[in-house]
Amino acid sequence: MKREDSISENLDWTTISLYGALVILGWLNIYAVGYDENVGHSIFTLSLNSGRQLLFIGASMIIILAIVVLDMRFYDAFAYVIYGLLMVILVAVPFIGKEVGGNKAWIGIGSFGGQPSELAKFATALAIAKFVGSVGFRMDNFRNQAILFALIGLPMVLILLQKDTGTALVFACFMVVFFREGMSPFLMIVGICGVAIFILTLLIPNQWYLHGAILAILLLLIGFGKKKLKRIVLLTLGAGLIMGVIESVDYVITDVLKPHQQNRIKALINPDADPLGYGWNVTQSKIAIGSGGLSGKGFLQGTQTKFDFVPEQSTDFIFCTIGEEEGWLGSLIVVGLFVTLLLRIIYIGERQKNRFARVYAYGVASIFFFHFAVNIGMTVGLFPVIGIPLPFFSYGGSSLWGFTVLLFILLKLDAHRGSLLQRL
Amino acid sequence: MNEGRKELFQLLIILTGIVFLVKLFFIQVVDSRYAEMADSNAILRQPEYPVRGLITDRNGKLIVYNTPEFRLDVLLKDVRNFDTVKFCTVFEMSRKELRKKFREMKARREFSPYKPTVFMDQLSSTDFAKVQDYLDEFPGFYVLARTTRAYTTPAFANALGYVSEISKRQLDDDESRIYKQGDYVGQSGIEAFYEEQLRGTRGIRFKLRNVKGIIKGSVGGGAYDTLSIPGLDLVTGIDLDLQQYGEFLMKGKAGSIVAIEPSTGEILALVSGPSYDPNLLTGRLYSSNFRQISSDTNKPLFNRPLMAQYRPGSIFKIAQAMTALQEGVINPDTRIRCDRTIINCHGAHSNEDLRGAIENSCNPYFHNVLRRMLNQGKVNDPYEDTRIGLAEWNKHIMSFGFGRTLGVDLPNEKSGLIPSPAYYDGAYHNRPWKFSNIYSLAIGEGENLVVPIQMANFAATVANKGYYFIPHVVKAIGADQQPLPEYRVRHYTSIDSAYFRVAADAMQQVVESGTGQYRAKLQDVIVCGKTGTVENNPPLFDHSVFIAFAPRKDPQIALSVYVEDAGQGARAAASIASLMIEKYLFGKTKRPYIEQYVLNGNFEDVKKTVEVKTEEEKPGEERR
Repeated sequence: MKREDSISENLDWTTISLYGALVILGWLNIYAVGYDENVGHSIFTLSLNSGRQLLFIGASMIIILAIVVLDMRFYDAFAYVIYGLLMVILVAVPFIGKEVGGNKAWIGIGSFGGQPSELAKFATALAIAKFVGSVGFRMDNFRNQAILFALIGLPMVLILLQKDTGTALVFACFMVVFFREGMSPFLMIVGICGVAIFILTLLIPNQWYLHGAILAILLLLIGFGKKKLKRIVLLTLGAGLIMGVIESVDYVITDVLKPHQQNRIKALINPDADPLGYGWNVTQSKIAIGSGGLSGKGFLQGTQTKFDFVPEQSTDFIFCTIGEEEGWLGSLIVVGLFVTLLLRIIYIGERQKNRFARVYAYGVASIFFFHFAVNIGMTVGLFPVIGIPLPFFSYGGSSLWGFTVLLFILLKLDAHRGSLLQRL
Repeated sequence: MNEGRKELFQLLIILTGIVFLVKLFFIQVVDSRYAEMADSNAILRQPEYPVRGLITDRNGKLIVYNTPEFRLDVLLKDVRNFDTVKFCTVFEMSRKELRKKFREMKARREFSPYKPTVFMDQLSSTDFAKVQDYLDEFPGFYVLARTTRAYTTPAFANALGYVSEISKRQLDDDESRIYKQGDYVGQSGIEAFYEEQLRGTRGIRFKLRNVKGIIKGSVGGGAYDTLSIPGLDLVTGIDLDLQQYGEFLMKGKAGSIVAIEPSTGEILALVSGPSYDPNLLTGRLYSSNFRQISSDTNKPLFNRPLMAQYRPGSIFKIAQAMTALQEGVINPDTRIRCDRTIINCHGAHSNEDLRGAIENSCNPYFHNVLRRMLNQGKVNDPYEDTRIGLAEWNKHIMSFGFGRTLGVDLPNEKSGLIPSPAYYDGAYHNRPWKFSNIYSLAIGEGENLVVPIQMANFAATVANKGYYFIPHVVKAIGADQQPLPEYRVRHYTSIDSAYFRVAADAMQQVVESGTGQYRAKLQDVIVCGKTGTVENNPPLFDHSVFIAFAPRKDPQIALSVYVEDAGQGARAAASIASLMIEKYLFGKTKRPYIEQYVLNGNFEDVKKTVEVKTEEEKPGEERR
């Protein structure tokens, strides 16, 4: 039965409005960052970031049109191709890429170009969605799991070669997708525990307390549980493993991580330790945000913003502008918009009858969630500084387009949810 | 199997949102530190130091003024790309010195990387001119212009006092909270006493600057800025010529000269010997100079006119005389034999009346007078009688301004001592005492202690015939042109003014034909005075003392001179006093040989020469 695919009627307008609101707010904020009251350029001035961002937004409109017009089966059919293409480009980047701000993630001709890593995000989401949605896929199959990890591992490694650790970390967020699709929680728990131990090791400088605590817990567990040999052995092994992890964490931090990365972590643990050095970014960010008070200083009135106190304010620390100029209320609105968008995407995902679409939706949600959580977390000192943009707010064509494509492919798929062939 | 997971993810999303909002709430609304730090980022508070009030003498001559001085502050968080080598070259210092300076700065109590901290202080205009052009190359370094004190003359140093940075203890004690670290504050003398009037009000300018420290404008267009208000100017009663002359005469001597205008209480000159150059206690060499000056065994920082407590010697006899007249135990014609077996005396006299006794400074006379005063027979018990007499005597003497602080507008004034019955009870450990124990009081020896300013004030009181104004240095403050209110009040003694005439007569006689005739008599003006010779410990000479006022009618100047270790009062002190009177009334002395005598400072051997001179003067040729 052929359903009349009326494009505009089936697209999820809630999501589109949320998208529009975020893009426009983002655009206004970019203007606020670049605004110099002595000069007083208008928001459309091309020499300012805001003018250029408008061009990017314009280009996004064209991209949206293209996505919507394109047949929805295109995405499913060409998922692997797109993925493969982008992986190839990623390989090329370290060779032909330009070094910008400490990493070689940008390629282009003249001033035209972009960051392929931004596009790799949606490509990977597509590839994973297709794989999970393929016939005969079973989450508890070890080989399938391995392929899944390879799918996210490959871009991670390639991007690490570009020295863009932050973006590489993004791909870890697909674990959420795996989890939703049935991957055993064991790995998740191990992962979370690993992270918890990592953090604890950082917080508690004296290893011996940790080791002592583990031993104490071990003894308690042995004492209060069934005294079966197998259990005791397992517990002891587990404890030993944890202690080993603690030691290796220490090793990783001091010997593997580069100084600036170490510093970023140190800045997280104790941001006030070196406010002029590695703590500078976060301190300035918190000062800017904190000075906003309840309702902010007013649009274009932020002193920290105007006088360039916060580094990377157009990109990584864009949230500071909202914090300073619109205050807590402004922050509330932006956080609220993002949370709503995320929940909406999950809602869309759940109403898909087609596994490919559903997995893809979760991919979209986890990517957005990762960026949202980490970026804002950075600005308030809850997460180490890794260079991740805030979707639609951070200045930049590649990231805007990447997220736009990511989102609108989902909307396109969603618009046709009634007619996609069912697959298990 | 998948059901709970969707909810878990949703929960995670919502939880993240809430965590952020809570954290944001804390940063933005609850914790006010960030707002302050934002302000200190973007707003530079530049204090504008007020100009301190000027100090002039009574004729409008400038004594203390202000000179520019520069201070270099550092705002550490603004310092970028610091070129150490260049800095050392520009500022002409070694890298070691530079490191030391940074260490010192960081060790300061008020140091913070977010606030400007003092880096280099007290740069003169020439120092500053050298480095001014290069300051742009060192972001984070700011210059503060301010003023420091300068003096037109080294005279009057002790009374003027000096100005230096406020100490930690002074800051802690400051209840008004007006002062900040680094402020200059008067530490002694007039600078301290009139600190409130002299200091002015600090202004403040709020400037906006960007992350590079470049000033971008004023906050609110300057609406919040306040201008500094200069301090009030002070006019002192000092006559600078007279003051300088007095210091000139006191060179090489220890002691003091105090000159007062009796009709107003304005201090015309306040000389403390030895003294120091006040310019040494300003500027960068302040601490090393201070160390040197304060460890000088002659104690130049000790302000003798106010702080030295001496025995008055024979000048006290004037006060004794008036007290005795007031008590009615003698009258001006009372004659008493000069019995040198009781107490030593000198000069050719044997049985003088009151005026004669003063003129010749007869000790036995006053010994007798005091006994009459203390033992007036009001009760039978001699001990009790003496107590009563002494109490009365004490009351009268203290009404002259002795035995207590007068309230001069300079700090560290001492009170001296006039014994009371309670005092002797304590001194004798409650054993009984009577006249025979304490008779040295009669001639100004014993337990009496007076301060030179009190002696000058006493001379002024006699000049005024019975009252005084509290002596004060500053005669006019600011636009009002008035001294502080307490200096406009007359203080009367407990003695009738008729007796003051007797005293004045006697003092005139002292100078005309008595002990003061040799060096204190002047041709063109009637001088009233009294000599005093205060016992000192051998082999040192006695202290030389003289009080005087002139002219007799409508007195313009009353003074006290006290020269330590200089022999009889008739010599050093009398000479200096009369020279000062000549200088003030006529502009210069007509007796250069007396001036030379004083400057030589040799007060023993010249006696013969002078006496030869006076023998040549025959009675009758004396002129008024």
